[in-house]
Amino acid sequence: MAITLTYKIQGGDFTNAGNASSKVKKVLKELDVDARKIKHTVVALYEAEVNVVAHAYEGIITAVIDEKKIEIEIRDKGPGIADIGLAMQEGYSTASKRVREMGFGAGMGLPNIKKNTDFLEITSCPGEWVNVKMINYF
Amino acid sequence: MKLKQIAGLTNATVVCGSEYLEREVDKAFSSDLMSDVLTLDSDQLLLITGLCNLQTVRTAEMADIRIILFVRNKKTTPEMVSLARENRMAILETPFSLYRASGVLYEGGLKPVY
Repeated sequence: MAITLTYKIQGGDFTNAGNASSKVKKVLKELDVDARKIKHTVVALYEAEVNVVAHAYEGIITAVIDEKKIEIEIRDKGPGIADIGLAMQEGYSTASKRVREMGFGAGMGLPNIKKNTDFLEITSCPGEWVNVKMINYF
Repeated sequence: MKLKQIAGLTNATVVCGSEYLEREVDKAFSSDLMSDVLTLDSDQLLLITGLCNLQTVRTAEMADIRIILFVRNKKTTPEMVSLARENRMAILETPFSLYRASGVLYEGGLKPVY
């Protein structure tokens, strides 16, 4: 049986950035998922959550967990990504000074999400939205 | 190295987690860049940092880091302490600089991640 979790993310709200990732982590722990798998999943999700807070107006996370995997979709409304290939390059960033002061915005987020996921798909309509889909198998 | 030795070598105050004085870590990582911390494969390590905000504690939570040492007398907020407690993390504050704290702990036998 699958469990579905949904969380809202508010753009610019750094105080609550990571709340959703934290909740997903707690659920995965309760389900007794392997600690390495949990870490990979929540690191990828946290990076994605911080991206929404840093760049978008708002977003929604939907995580579906079953016995074999976790499938996460992060959809946001915001400026989108004009060139996804460029955004995937390590060191490329459009982050503001405020984001950098938080310890992010070094252009490492998307490559790190890729490193920590078994499947990753990023689609975007520039000026409108970004949709990040990731899957990790347990 | 035990938490109490880390605190002793760096003249640090234990802000929270005094119940974990016997907790041991064998590696440390010094960085103000949380993205860098999130790329580490090791966990159960000591994070030495000058970046003192809620996202530092959040990052430590995601990366399974159980001890954070804030340098240069950076002061934690009640929200940071509460999040650390919730995740059974220990927080230390040292007057030393990032360089000095790292040097003293390295000399004391705490290994680097890389």
